[in-house]
Order: sequence, then structure tokens, then C-alpha cells
Amino acid sequence: MIMTASATALIAEDEPLLAAALQAELARAWPALQVLAVLGDGQAALSQALLLQPDVLFFDIRMPGLSGLEAATELVDAWDSRQKPFPALVFVTAYEQYAVQAFEAQALDYLLKPVQPARLQKTVSKLQLALASRAQDATTSEASAGSDGASLEATVRQLRQLLASIDGPKPAPAMPLRHIAASVGATLRLVPVDEVVYFEAADKYVRVLTREREYLIRTPLKDLLPQLDASVFWQIHRGTVVNNRFIETMLRDEAGKAFVTLVGLPGRLAVSRLYVHLFRPM
Amino acid sequence: MNNCALMKQKPTLKRALQIVAFNTVIALGITAFMQQGLWINLVYSQCIGLSIWALIDFGQYWLVSDLQLQWRRLFLIAPVGAALGYLLGTAAAQRFFPGHDFHHWSSHPNQALGFLIISLVAGGISTYFFMSREQLALARADMARTQREAEAAQRQAAQAQLTLLQSQLEPHMLFNTLANLRALISLDPERAQTMLDHMVAYLRATLGASRATLHPLQTEFDRLGDYLELIKVRMGARLHYTLTLPDDLAGLNVPPLLLQPLVENAIKHGLEPKVAGGGVLVSARQQGSQITLEVQDTGVGLAAGAAVADGFGLAQLRERLQTVYGPTATMNLVADSAGGTRAIVTFFI
Repeated sequence: MIMTASATALIAEDEPLLAAALQAELARAWPALQVLAVLGDGQAALSQALLLQPDVLFFDIRMPGLSGLEAATELVDAWDSRQKPFPALVFVTAYEQYAVQAFEAQALDYLLKPVQPARLQKTVSKLQLALASRAQDATTSEASAGSDGASLEATVRQLRQLLASIDGPKPAPAMPLRHIAASVGATLRLVPVDEVVYFEAADKYVRVLTREREYLIRTPLKDLLPQLDASVFWQIHRGTVVNNRFIETMLRDEAGKAFVTLVGLPGRLAVSRLYVHLFRPM
Repeated sequence: MNNCALMKQKPTLKRALQIVAFNTVIALGITAFMQQGLWINLVYSQCIGLSIWALIDFGQYWLVSDLQLQWRRLFLIAPVGAALGYLLGTAAAQRFFPGHDFHHWSSHPNQALGFLIISLVAGGISTYFFMSREQLALARADMARTQREAEAAQRQAAQAQLTLLQSQLEPHMLFNTLANLRALISLDPERAQTMLDHMVAYLRATLGASRATLHPLQTEFDRLGDYLELIKVRMGARLHYTLTLPDDLAGLNVPPLLLQPLVENAIKHGLEPKVAGGGVLVSARQQGSQITLEVQDTGVGLAAGAAVADGFGLAQLRERLQTVYGPTATMNLVADSAGGTRAIVTFFI
């Protein structure tokens, strides 16, 4: 128990009473834990987690703005594990039958609301063990980057499989979409799907980029995705789906973040850690 | 109609074989008691028997569409079919035997009469035989169908009831509310009691809401108030709401929890996804004989919350509206110019 004395946590919970209750229960179960911040929505939780770099995250699943799962996946991408190992993640939920099964399968920790003190105590013990072994790794091996990367990699793997099992196996579309109907002023253009280089979510719209020009459509990305041929269109980020025939190279920067460059379009697109596995060399 | 279809499905070949066998038995009987050869009797018997069968079946096909109701018609069809079939079959059989013609019958009137009587009796017996079997099969099929339909209706009703209950007692809402209640008990016992009272009223209304009865609009608004108060404890400052009910409409009877799905939608699809939260306004007004009930929210709006077409609750609401107020009753979702959603219910009293 070297590090536990100074362990820090962040709570993301949109219902103020529940946030206060969790904080009170935590104070009883783990007096030494220092709660750095309590946030009411996913976006704020994400930016504060990056800023404060706590050891433990308690994320409610249903939150306005970003959900707890979305905030966690964004955090995985934005986190720089050279500075600090990725925090231990605990999801808190009132009732998500399928999610709970998925958590069990991925050995991710979760708490059910109302949070029971005995159950919370178990979670706290697990967290203390994990943080202690992490601290030990850091003191025994000088090159701690390896094990820090490992904790991030493990979380990425868990989250990826979690998302896949919550969304369920996607049935291949009987007839993949052939055209994207996009209105340009008063006229409607049928853009052949083969010509689309990538789709990008942008607020209430989805940007459709071809080599020649850009269109805006209103169909959300999550509705569009199941209609696309999955062997051609790859989701590489929460808001990006790219036509793999236009991918030129995949590269990483110094921080280990992945990007793709495209044939015929300038610039590069970020690849989420969740989807980097699509680019394994053969 | 169903009976008719069923009759046509009866295997005709099997029946024809039974008729042929019956005819053969008659031919053998006649041969045993009369002098003519078996061959001649067999041909006559088959021709007459098959003609009678064809005529009676044909007559039944055209004149009896519902056996259960019109079986008395067979008392006309069977003897007329037998007599005509006798003449037709005799004429047909005579073609096989040169020299046979109707002069033979006129010289042997007793024989002619005897054969006519045999035809009538045979036609009657076979008609009775086939009809009673058909009746039995029909009755069995009818019983099985009635039973299947009753079972299906029962299953559907149970399913609808269950879906309604599940939509009203949504586990996520229930457990979140309980979690809040648990937190309040130690923080603010008095507020916890108030919250529990709202919850009891809400649960009593939800579990007891019968589709058959009506309750006053004032009670409807009170129950919506209970629900919104529960949500307000959870959402805190992110939710504010107003219920506006003119006094002269307070006594108007409406189906219980009619507006509940609309208020739930406003929360679930409008305000819960919005970081800043917002307001819900429930109001009622009257213009002449037209009543308008409205649930307005300042949430994320229709375009973003595409899931609003969360079919069941709204379909159920429209169905209940039209059952009580007739086809002129409507429910429309309108995108509010201010950014939220307006659900507008109108009907005439």
C-alpha cells in the first residue's frame, strides 16, 4: 500500500444527489481517497480527467452530452500514458442489463445504483490492489513505460470488446447502400458510395467527402454505418468512417497516436486506439 | 365462406372411389336378385351413381354456401339430384348397349320405378353419409380455429399489458429513483418522505391504470406532477416544469395517464440528453368544443432526438385517444421554433 495514501479519483454523475451519495460512501469505504472533482456530464468529465489525471474514474453510463462509455473511449485516445498510467475505470449504472453482462465478460469493474456499501467495499479493495501493484511495478522497473502502456492497452481491449458486445453483432446489410442522396441547395445529388473518401460526424450533420467536393447529410453516422459495406468502409474513430480504398498510409506520431493519410485528399485523419487493430500488418 | 373453402379442399378422388365402391355394391345386389347380367348392372349402376353424385355435389356447390346454416336445402337437392341423375345416368348407360332405350322402361314400369327408388335411397344415404362426415370435420376444424384464435387474442392482450407496464415502470427510471431515495434518507429525511409519497402516488396510478375507465383532468395533472417531481429530485436544477390547467377544464374526464408517455418523451429524449437541461410545460385549453392538451419542452428537439419515434407509447396513446374520442382525435409532434418539441393532443367533446 505504497501509493494508496495519495490515491485520487474523479466522479462523473449527472444526478447531483447520487454524486453526493457516492462521494459520501467512498469517504467511508476509502477515507484516504481524494476525490478531485465531481462532474455532471461526459464532456466535462473527459476534459477534467485529462487535466487532473486521477488514479480512479467513476463514470456513470447515462449522462447528457457524452455517455460514460463515449467519454471513456475518447479519454483512451487522448491519454498520454508516458506521463501517467491510464486510470482504473469503474462504470456506475442503474440498470443496463446487457451492459452488466458485457462488464462481467470484460472483467471491467462496475457498480449498480443504488450503490450498496458491501459491494462498494469490494470494488475499493480491488482498486487498492491494482494501484499498489502498479506502484510496485513503477519502483522495481526503471522502464515503467512498458507496464503503463500495458494498462492502457488492456483498457482499450476491454472497451473495444465491450462496445462490440453492447452494440451486438452487426448483420451484414442485405443490400449495401449504393448512393448517398445529398441535397445541394434545391437539387438532390446522388453521390455513388464508391466515390466517398470518408464520412465525418459534425454536430447535427454528417460531412460526406469525395475527391471533388463535400456534401452535408442529416442521417446520423450510427444509422449510416450499418448500411455500408463493412469490408470497404472502416470506422476509424467515433466520428469517422473511411473508405479503405482511399487509405494511402497509416503512421504514428511520437506520442504513439495513429493517423491515416488519404489518396487524393490532403491532411490526415486520426485513428482511435479502439480501431488501430484494423491496421495490423500481415 | 370458410366452410365452402373447406369443402372444396376435401379430397375428391377419395370420395369418387367411395362412390364407385358403393355403386358396385348396388350392382352386385341387383344382380343377385334380378335376371340381368352383372356387366350391364355394373355399367348402369356406375353411370347412375356417378351422375347422381355429380348433380348433388354440383347442386350443393351452387346452393349451399354455409352448410351449418343451409343444410335443410339438401332435402331438396338430394332427391332432385337423384331423380335427374337417374335419368342422365340411364341415358349415358344406354349408349354402351345398342338396343337399350327408354322404350324398355315404358314396357317395364315396375322395374323403372324400382330402379328410381333404389337411386333415391342410395342418393339419400350417400348424401347423408358424406354430409355427416363433412359436418364432423367442419365442427372439429371450427373448434380448433376458435381455440387458436382465443389463445392468440389472449396472448396478444397479455403482451400488450406487459409492454405497457414495462414502458411505465421502466427499470432504469425505477432504480435511479430508488438510488436517489436512498441518498435522501440520510441527507434530508423530510424530503425523502415527500419523494416517497410522490412515488407511491405514481406507482398506484401506473399499476392501477385501467384502460376502461376515465379520470378527471385534474387527477391526470396531479399524476404528471408526481412523475415530474420524482424526475426533478433526480435532475436537480437541470429541470423546471409548469402545469397549467384552467379551472373549468379540471373536471373534464380523460383516459388515465394519457399524457404520461408525452411527458416521459420530453424528459427522456428532450431534456435528459441536454447538458444544460430545460423546462417542461404541460397545458390544457378549450376553443368551442375542441380541447387541446399540450406537452412542450425546451430539450434537444426532434431532429437530434430521432429516437422520439419510440413507437409503442405514442401508438398506444393514439389508439386510446381514438377509442375514446373517435377518429377526429389527433396527436402530433411538432418541432418548436425555440428548439424543443411540442406534443399536441386535440379532440372534440
